[in-house]
Amino acid sequence: MIRLTWRQFQASAVGLFGALAVLVALLGATGAGLADEYDTGLTACTTAGGDCQVFIENFADDHSATFLGVMAAMLLLPALIGLFWGAPLIARELESGTLRLVWNQSITRGRWFAVKLTLTGLATVVAAGALAWVVNWWSTPVDKSMAKDFARMDPLMFGTRGIVVVGYAAFAFALGVVVGMLARKTLAAMAITLAVFVGLQIAMPILVRPHLAPAISTTVAVTEDNAADTQLSNGTTLLISARPADKGAWILADYTVDPSGKRVESITLPASATQPGGACAPGKGRGSCLELVADMGYRQVLEYQPSGRYWGFQWGETGIYLGLALGLAGFCSWWVRRRLS
Amino acid sequence: MTAVLRARALGKQYRRRWALQNCNLNIPAGRVVGLVGPNGAGKSTLLNLASGMLTPTAGTIEVCGGRPAADAGQLTKVGFVAQDAPVYTGLSVADHLAFGRRLNPAWNDDIARDRITALGLDPKQKAGKLSGGQRAQLALTLGIAKQPELLILDEPVAALDPLARREFMQNLMESVAEQEMSVILSSHLVSDVERTCDYLVVLVDSRVQVAGNMDDLLATHYRLIGPRRDLDTLPAELHVISASHTDKQSTLLVRTEAPVHDPSWTVSSLTLEDLVLAYMHESANTAVRPKLEVLR
Amino acid sequence: MIEFHLNGRSGLSPYQQLVQQVRHALRLGLLDEGDRLPTVKEVSKQLAINPNTVLKAYRELEYDGLVAARQGVGTFVTATLTDGSLAAHAPLRKDLRRWLAKARLAGLDEESIEALFMNTFRNNAGEDVA
Repeated sequence: MIRLTWRQFQASAVGLFGALAVLVALLGATGAGLADEYDTGLTACTTAGGDCQVFIENFADDHSATFLGVMAAMLLLPALIGLFWGAPLIARELESGTLRLVWNQSITRGRWFAVKLTLTGLATVVAAGALAWVVNWWSTPVDKSMAKDFARMDPLMFGTRGIVVVGYAAFAFALGVVVGMLARKTLAAMAITLAVFVGLQIAMPILVRPHLAPAISTTVAVTEDNAADTQLSNGTTLLISARPADKGAWILADYTVDPSGKRVESITLPASATQPGGACAPGKGRGSCLELVADMGYRQVLEYQPSGRYWGFQWGETGIYLGLALGLAGFCSWWVRRRLS
Repeated sequence: MTAVLRARALGKQYRRRWALQNCNLNIPAGRVVGLVGPNGAGKSTLLNLASGMLTPTAGTIEVCGGRPAADAGQLTKVGFVAQDAPVYTGLSVADHLAFGRRLNPAWNDDIARDRITALGLDPKQKAGKLSGGQRAQLALTLGIAKQPELLILDEPVAALDPLARREFMQNLMESVAEQEMSVILSSHLVSDVERTCDYLVVLVDSRVQVAGNMDDLLATHYRLIGPRRDLDTLPAELHVISASHTDKQSTLLVRTEAPVHDPSWTVSSLTLEDLVLAYMHESANTAVRPKLEVLR
Repeated sequence: MIEFHLNGRSGLSPYQQLVQQVRHALRLGLLDEGDRLPTVKEVSKQLAINPNTVLKAYRELEYDGLVAARQGVGTFVTATLTDGSLAAHAPLRKDLRRWLAKARLAGLDEESIEALFMNTFRNNAGEDVA
C-alpha cells in the first residue's frame, strides 16, 4: 500500500518538492552572503558615526524584490499543497473508478485511507517545515531592515514567518482531501478548496487572530514621541494617528477621543491656533500643536497586541490550524469507512 | 452445500428510488452464476452490495459466510471486477501485478505472470495505453490471481468487441476449470450467459424475478400454444409468466414442475433468451410480481 | 484428438452437442479405443463454456460405457460405435428407401417428408420415456 501510494503521489510530489528544492537551494546559497552584507554594512556605518538609517533603507530597497518573492512563495505553498496533494487524494480515485479496484484487494478501507493520509500528510509537514526553516533563517537580515514597514506581528509577515505555515499547509491538505471526497471530481474539488482556503486565510487575521489574547488598550496624550501621522486639512481640521512605545506591536485600533471620552474622527482646532503665531501655524512644527490638543483634553486610544506575544500567537494559531486539520482528517476517516461508495 | 451468496430481504435505496428491493437469494457454491436483466434493473447494485462497495439500506447479505468487506479476511475471499475494468492509468502492467501481490496474501504470482504472457501483454506497458479488451483482461487477471472463493464481474464484456469478448470468456472459463472458484457475472448478452453459466438470476425492475439452476429452469419453463383459454381455467401448478391472446389462440409462457398432459396444448421448450424476455416483458406489464424462486 | 464446436441454433443444449459430437466421431472412426479426449479445461477454454457442462457430457459418455476417466491422466475412449456401423444395417436402409419412395409418390415434398419423420420420431421417443 505504501508503494502504491507513492506511485500515485509521485508526479505531484516530485513537482512540488522539485520547485521547493530549487527555492531552498537559492535561499541557501544567498543567505549567508546576505547576513554578511548586512552585518558589515551596519558595523561600517556605526563606526563611521552617524545614522545608519540610510544604509538600512538602501539595504531594504535592494532586496525588496526577493523579499516579496519569498513572501509570495510562503503564501502559495499551503494553497498548492491543498490543491495538488489534498484535493486529488480521494477525488481522483473516485473519478477514475480505481477505488473499486483497490478496495477489492485484501485491504480494508480504513487501512487504505490511513496509509494514504499519513504518507501524504507527512510529506506536507516536511515540505512546509523545511521551507519555513530556510525562509526564517534567510530573511533575518532583510526583516530587520524592513522592520519599520513590516513588523513581524503584521498580518502579512505573521503568516509567512515562524511556524504557522506548517499549520496552514496541514489544514489546506486536510481541507483538500475532504472536499475531494465530497465533491468526487478533482477539478471541482481544487476550485472549492482554493476558495475556502483563501477565504479562511483572509478571515483569520481579521476575525480570529486579534482575539487570541485580550488586546492591550491604552489611552495616551499624543506627543512628538508617539505621534505617527498628523494631517491638517481645511485649515482647522486635524487628524492624528499614534504609535505605542512597542514599535513592533500589531495595532488593532487607533482613534481619537474627545474630553468626554467620545470617539471623534478629527479634531476641530480653535481659529487662533492656525493663525500665524498660533500653536498649529504652518512652519511651527508638530510638538506645540500636539501640546495644545492635549491641553484641550483630546486623547488617543490605542488597542494593540504587543510584539512580545509573537511566539505565543504563532504557537496558538498553529495549534488551531493543526486542530482543524486533525478534525477534518477524523471526519474523512469516518466518512470513508461508513459512508463512501 | 455452503451458500456463496445469501441475501434476505436485501434492499438499496438512493434518495427516492429503490435500486433493489426485497431481494432473496441463496446461491450455492461452485457455480457460474449469470445475473441478467435490462439496464437499470439493479444488477450493478446487487454486485456492489455483494463486494462491499455499497452497504444495504434494508435486509442482509452474506457472501462466503461473512459480511462483505467486513475485514481483510473477508476481502481475500471475494474478487471484484467492476464495470469498465478500472486500472491505474499511470502504472504499468507489471506494477499492477506487484500491487496485487503486495495487497493480497493469497496471491499466486505464477498464475498472474503466466496469464499476462499468454495474453501477450507487455509488462512495461502503461495500463492507460491498453485497449479496452486488454484492460478487461488485466482486471480479470488481477481478480483471478488473487485466488478468491468468489469472483464477481460487473458487465465485464459489455464494451468489448466480439473477439475480445470471446477471449475474455475463454480465459474466465479456463480459470474456473483450474481453480475452485464460484463466479457471479452480470450481462445483458444472453448468448454468453447460456454458454458459461449454470445458475441464473433474473433481475428486472429492482426485483428478483426468478433464480435457480439453469438446467432446472429450462426444464420447467414451456411455451404452450392452444385454443383461446381463460387463465382461471388452468390447473394450479401451472404458473403463467406471460400470456397473449388472439381471438382464437392463446400463447402462454408457463413454469411448472409437472409435465403438461393436456392434449389441447402444443408444448415446446424455451430458449434462455425466450425465458429472460418473458420475465422482462411481464415485469413491464404488471406492477408487482411475486418472485419465483427455485430452492434447491 | 477431437475438436469440439457449438452450434447456437441446433436446438440441443451445449452438453448434448458435445455428447453427440463424440458419438459421431466414434461412429465415423475418427476416435479409436485408447484415444484421449481433450481435458475439461481445454474444452472450456476453447469453447468458452462452463466446465460443468463438459464434465456432464463426459459423465454421460462414461455412463453409456463409451469413455472412462482416469484420475490425473485424462478421459479415454473405451469402446467404439463402429460395431453398429451403418453398413451393418443394410436391411433398415432398404426399408427406409422404400418408405421414402412411397412418401414421394403420395405427393409429399422434401419438407413435409422431413416434418412427418421428425414428428413421428419425436413422439415415438417421448412414448418410450413415458
